[in-house]
Amino acid sequence: MTALHWATISPFLLAILIPFMYKYVRRIHTGWFVLILPLVLFIYFLSFLPVTANGDVVLRSVPWVPSLGISFDLYIDGLSLLFALLISGIGTLVVLYSIYYLSKHKEKLNNFYVYLLLFMGAMLGVVLSDNLIVLYVFWEITSISSALLISYWFHREKSTYGAQKSMYITVFGGLSMLGGFSLLYVMTGTFSVREIIANVDLVATSSLFLPAMILILLGAFTKSAQFPFHIWLPDAMEAPTPVSAYLHSATMVKAGIYLVARMTPIFGGAAEWFWIISLVGLTTLIWGSISAVRQKDLKSILAFSTVSQLGMIMSLLGVGSVAYYFNDGDNALYTTAILAAVFHLINHATFKGSLFMTAGIIDHETGTRDIRKLGGLMTLMPITATVSLIGLAAMAGLPPFNGFLSKELFFTAMVNVTEYGIFSVETWGIVLPVLAWIASIFTFLYCAILFFKTFTGKFQPEKLAVKHVHEAPIGMLISPIILGSLVVIFGLFPNILAYTLIEPAMAAILPGILEPGEQFYVNIYHWHGFKLELWMTIGVIAIGTIFFLTMKKWSKSAFYRSEQDIFNHVYDSGYNGLIKGSQVLTRAQMTGMLRDYFLYMCTFIVLLIGYTMFRYDAFAINTDNLSPIDPYMWIVAILLVISVVAVPFINNRITAIIVAGVAGFLVALMFTIFRAPDLALTQLLVETVSVILFMLVFYHLPELRKEKIKPSFKLINLIVSIAVGVMITLVSLSAFALGSETDFTSIAAYFIENSKVLAGGYNIVNVILVDFRGLDTMLEILVLGIAAIGVVSMIKLRLKGSEDV
Amino acid sequence: MKQMRPNDMMLQVSMRLITLIIFAFSFYLFLAGHNNPGGGFIGGLMTASAILVLYLAFDMKTIKKAIPFNFTTMIGVGLLFAVFTGVASMLFGFPFLKHFFDYFQFPIFGEVELTTALPFDLGVYLVVVGAALTIILAIAEDDK
Amino acid sequence: MEVLMSIVIGIIFTVSVYLFLSRSIIRVILGTLLLSHGVHLLLITMSELQRGAPPLLNLDADAYTDPLPQALVLTAIVIAFGVTSFLLVMAYRTYKEHKTDDLEELRGSADE
Repeated sequence: MTALHWATISPFLLAILIPFMYKYVRRIHTGWFVLILPLVLFIYFLSFLPVTANGDVVLRSVPWVPSLGISFDLYIDGLSLLFALLISGIGTLVVLYSIYYLSKHKEKLNNFYVYLLLFMGAMLGVVLSDNLIVLYVFWEITSISSALLISYWFHREKSTYGAQKSMYITVFGGLSMLGGFSLLYVMTGTFSVREIIANVDLVATSSLFLPAMILILLGAFTKSAQFPFHIWLPDAMEAPTPVSAYLHSATMVKAGIYLVARMTPIFGGAAEWFWIISLVGLTTLIWGSISAVRQKDLKSILAFSTVSQLGMIMSLLGVGSVAYYFNDGDNALYTTAILAAVFHLINHATFKGSLFMTAGIIDHETGTRDIRKLGGLMTLMPITATVSLIGLAAMAGLPPFNGFLSKELFFTAMVNVTEYGIFSVETWGIVLPVLAWIASIFTFLYCAILFFKTFTGKFQPEKLAVKHVHEAPIGMLISPIILGSLVVIFGLFPNILAYTLIEPAMAAILPGILEPGEQFYVNIYHWHGFKLELWMTIGVIAIGTIFFLTMKKWSKSAFYRSEQDIFNHVYDSGYNGLIKGSQVLTRAQMTGMLRDYFLYMCTFIVLLIGYTMFRYDAFAINTDNLSPIDPYMWIVAILLVISVVAVPFINNRITAIIVAGVAGFLVALMFTIFRAPDLALTQLLVETVSVILFMLVFYHLPELRKEKIKPSFKLINLIVSIAVGVMITLVSLSAFALGSETDFTSIAAYFIENSKVLAGGYNIVNVILVDFRGLDTMLEILVLGIAAIGVVSMIKLRLKGSEDV
Repeated sequence: MKQMRPNDMMLQVSMRLITLIIFAFSFYLFLAGHNNPGGGFIGGLMTASAILVLYLAFDMKTIKKAIPFNFTTMIGVGLLFAVFTGVASMLFGFPFLKHFFDYFQFPIFGEVELTTALPFDLGVYLVVVGAALTIILAIAEDDK
Repeated sequence: MEVLMSIVIGIIFTVSVYLFLSRSIIRVILGTLLLSHGVHLLLITMSELQRGAPPLLNLDADAYTDPLPQALVLTAIVIAFGVTSFLLVMAYRTYKEHKTDDLEELRGSADE
């Protein structure tokens, strides 16, 4: 375990302590204890910046399941460092914000921070793991902790609904991703991302290339809320706002982006990869931005805007993958898209984080998030309004904020596509910039709606539950102010990011296409001259403004009135259909009658064993090597058969016990014949004790009656039981034949040789029980003890006042 | 089990004798287990049936006085015996349930083999006795 | 002997499955009792019968019967005892609570 490993699992360790801190230190808000960790982690990860800036990587390895080639390898390159900094950095701000957002008197802070830390650790694990299985495990932990956080206010029905939905969708994606990882393992024989990238030829030429790609993309798309899986994200807004700011805008939803970026060296360069990701991304972008316009709830607008922004980054990664096709790292024509993706990733985290926090402040101070009730807050909450304005302007792509720069780069990248001349872009390529442009208009529009409806216009105190609306406490404002300042700083001086974060991240996404020793050179500047991109931005602003000014006219339309996403209906009806279907299926087979269940089991056992034996031609009878039968053995066997067969015909309970007991003693006799003295003794004693037990119980039970069942039932019973019997006989014969035909050496030899030497006992059976297989025996007596305790509790403890147990 | 009748006398006297013999034999079986047929399971079942015989001859109260064990507790004690034998070897840096044995010279008995499997088997023995008697007595006492 | 035993085991299984399928809870328990006999005999039979001396090393024989199935069966016998007694007591309690031992009458309601 290295320092890096400890850093990754430190959130989990702290999570263990949180409940105790919450319980015993009630005076201090638990968040203050939590705050230290992401801050320390942030500083720790900052120390890696010089390493990745030099183009170096850090690898720390700890074996986990060596037999399966799974080791807990942590790997820091530009990409994972970027994410680690986002996770710890935004994490610090969110925790700070949450301290003021969540009251220490009313909320279950222990739950909140345990879930949050679980998430933080898992997310660090996702971005730092080199091993795909480890990555997968952490990936699923993020899904679980996300669902737990969404349902934090679990008494609200919508919260649990949203949590369930996000869980189903992301876990579905996670499982298909696991399938994709397994296919990668089949192709390359390793789970290590680095080694897979080194053997990328094996992947590219394999017939499993496409299935693996689609499965992995399903994981990425569900996690990053890409169309049509985006429906879980708006429902996830039921989580407390710090969670929305952290998980559902800045970090977790970007795990899918991370995965696509990580997989780019493996799948990049293929036409399918290019088209699927670009088109899904752009569809998400446009669908999200149009849906956001229709929302009336502040957080819903932000949720759909997150969906659309994620789509934008995704499409950039898709377009950027062509760099592998051309294998040319120097030409900006091919690498701009990746640059834009990385840059916008950072920008989005800053402005969307601050926007969620200001939305939370508005909710906190006014008691509503409905833009129809809000208005005129600018004078009441000037700082909040300023921070929101900065964030929204950045999101809308206005200069001089960082969003403008990345939006321009986005346009450049999309326009560049038309010049590639591959993957039939000459016919379809023009779709990309057009879609991008239309989506940007709607982005501008919802940003305008969000700002002007909330902060300008008439203040409507009569619609608010809170009487005195005022600015939030300073502690709550610190985090959004920091993020807002970053928006401005990155906007004015983008190149402080270029060298430290963007270039190493690009190198990590596109390894191998640069000459050794070469580095990406990134220089982001504001003024490009009057190029197409600038005209596109001007067009967005112009048309967006027209739309906003004419809003009164189209706000009456059905389009604006309904907020529901049609894919929600698909999800809901699918979900209900599944439940109904399984209920019908269950009712059909679960009759509540023991006989039916036994029939199912017996039939399946016979069919399954019969089919398998038939399929592999395993039926065999071998009469060569039989042991001899003495006459008295015949007698014992015949007596046994008679006593067993007699049992069903007896209608007197005492007789039945005695006959069954006789059968038991005959079995004991058989054991002596088969030279198993221990067994014979045990069987004899068990039979004695059992008979006593049966006598005691049957004393209370009613007399056996002649069975009254339909003849057809009787026939079925007879057929099934004879079928089972015949099958067992055949299996037994075949097993014997197989054993004598093939030359298996019995493992018994080991016990016979070593019983004296290793365990000092002459009775091999006993030595096996107490020594060689001691653990089995221990568990067995445990079972016996449980059975006895079960008996006692059934008899002695009775549920009070209930007949229907 | 309830009232004393004259021929119960015969039964009780002979039962005492028989029980004693069975007890002794069950203990022998238990100890002999490592080298001859026997061991915890068999010894335990034998002891359990000996005690059951006593129950057939005497009434509950007398036996409760004569054998003041709680059989349910016996299960727990037996399990602890088995687990601790296993853990003991871990204390010396060996795997769980690793057993040891050696031969010792004793003044009267001569050479005797002592093995750590014995306390383990004792645990088995106790669990078997406890479980068998718990089950049967639970039903026998439930006379409602 | 192995062939004979296989047939005997088959018969034991047939009878116990037939008992399972009956309506009386007592017969079902008798079925489990017989089934455990069948399984124990099956395990022993599969490992070839009567080859060599009982597995006691102080007999100083040339060959011993396979001790492993014997150890398995020994545990199985004791476990079967636990399971049977558990079922028996369950039947006993069921009868006390519901005053019937008929599985048909004991079935749960349809909408459960």
